[in-house]
Amino acid sequence: MQASIQIPATPELDYLLRLGDTCLISGQRLGEWCGHGPILEEDIALSNMALDLIGQSRALLTLAGQKSGKGFDEDQLAFLRDEGAYRNPTLAELPRGDFAFTILRNLVLSTWLKLIWERLRDSRDAELAAIAGKALKEARYHQQHAADWAVRLGDGTEESRRRCEAALAQIAPYLPELFEDDTVDAAAEASGLGPAWSSLREPWLAEMGEVLGEAGLALPESTKFRSTGKVGRHSEHMGYLLAEMQYLQRAYPGGAW
Amino acid sequence: MYTQAMDTMREEGGQPALRTAEEAALQQRFDNRIDAGDFIEAKDWMPDNYRKTLLRQISQHAHSEIVGMLPEGNWITRAPTLKRKAILLAKVQDEGGHGLYLYAAAETLGQSRDQMLDSLHSGKAKYSSIFNYPTLTWADVGTIGWLVDGAAIMNQVPICRCSYAPYARAMIRICREESFHQRQGYDSLLAMMQNGTEAQKAMVQDAVNRWWWPCLMMFGPPDDQSPNSAQGMRWGIKRVSNDTLRQKFVDATVQQAQVLGVSLPDPDLRWNEATQHWDFGTIDWSEFWRVVGGEGPCNRERLAMRVAAWEEGEWVREAALAHSRKQARKEKAA
Repeated sequence: MQASIQIPATPELDYLLRLGDTCLISGQRLGEWCGHGPILEEDIALSNMALDLIGQSRALLTLAGQKSGKGFDEDQLAFLRDEGAYRNPTLAELPRGDFAFTILRNLVLSTWLKLIWERLRDSRDAELAAIAGKALKEARYHQQHAADWAVRLGDGTEESRRRCEAALAQIAPYLPELFEDDTVDAAAEASGLGPAWSSLREPWLAEMGEVLGEAGLALPESTKFRSTGKVGRHSEHMGYLLAEMQYLQRAYPGGAW
Repeated sequence: MYTQAMDTMREEGGQPALRTAEEAALQQRFDNRIDAGDFIEAKDWMPDNYRKTLLRQISQHAHSEIVGMLPEGNWITRAPTLKRKAILLAKVQDEGGHGLYLYAAAETLGQSRDQMLDSLHSGKAKYSSIFNYPTLTWADVGTIGWLVDGAAIMNQVPICRCSYAPYARAMIRICREESFHQRQGYDSLLAMMQNGTEAQKAMVQDAVNRWWWPCLMMFGPPDDQSPNSAQGMRWGIKRVSNDTLRQKFVDATVQQAQVLGVSLPDPDLRWNEATQHWDFGTIDWSEFWRVVGGEGPCNRERLAMRVAAWEEGEWVREAALAHSRKQARKEKAA
């Protein structure tokens, strides 16, 4: 079996991995829809978004690898870390759920990603700024897609509305993690690498409020629970996701793909 | 091929007696156009059987694309590198797109996508037998690209000249993408065979061993057992016979296998100097008929998975329709 790599703990690397892993793990979850969507067009759309997210994660993990000082490439970072070294907020790793859950999680994350990409275009790191410029266009489309569906489902039938409300109730406890700062955010802001996540909260609430308002939905009250994926303490779901994702790299050490 | 079940179905019955002189004239005009190599458009008059045959062929082809998303989709979450994951996602998504073009082409003949899907879900409509085989290892994904998509290209390039123009147009786009699919599959196998470990090479050989014969079956039964072929040829729906295409595929693939460094699992495979073709062994047609008849390794799973996706998505489709009805009412009121 292929052994795990060890990542140096630096705030800069953590900041990049938090973003890169959010894209990677979201892309992994969306990829699960391929062949199983409710309508052929949506099957294609979800796979297309998974593809965009995987592309974004490749760019970010490559950059993180360069900054690791250890010459790690995107695949070593994607496939050979131990669970605790993944830095995505927990929301990204929750199981794909039904279509309502997928759409509302996409709405939450694509809005959040769009806002962070907008800010990262001004990053002092030119490479990161370039990645953000390209990713922003994709995130805008993802947000639009999720918003259109949130409105259809919120307004559609009793059942679709009930499913949306259930999805939001499931998502809500994981939202604070997207907007609370720690030393990683402070360092990123101080160095000009990127915004502190807390600064995304207000514009995120405004944009979400607009879409959810049109859909006749609302975010539930926040809870006292705090998820901790971004510091490497994940949910029980993460182990299964990684076991599946990492299987070939682990089982065929020294393989060429 | 993707529409091989065309060869396995009973004919629709003979040409119905023409009722009027006007119809006879239309038939004559249609025949003349076919003979002249003209394309038929959706708005043009066409004989009922031509329409039915095409509808059945195009919808089978569309169903094959959609069911065909499942065996490879099975490996998206386990793809070994991010590059391979991205390629696989793009490829399976393309197959969904092919399904869309083809359903749209079939709709021009007067059947809705929902009707076609009902036929698939009820087991009435067929799809290619090849998708009833399991993808057991990562090398199966590359092998499907190389052999299954390679066989598909062989069959589908002639359909770009099909007499029914909407089908021909869809096929031109599809063939362009299929050639990318084949190359990525071959490239994935080549990476493992040239730079991989012994375990990976064994994985590739095992996949080729399992897929080779089912791929030869994709072209459908031998010409002398393909009763519908002659009519298909007459109408310009089918351009090249099953056996001719199969031979062409074997001839092209033997050399690719040599470059790859895998053997093809056929002790009778040898170059025939006289015919300038590769001779190959006897295909086990009992297996083909078993799989087409519903008794392949994955027939039940594949269909069950399509039905489950459709049923689980019902509330989504209903919600979208309800929303658009409400919107229409609002716009009308405004």
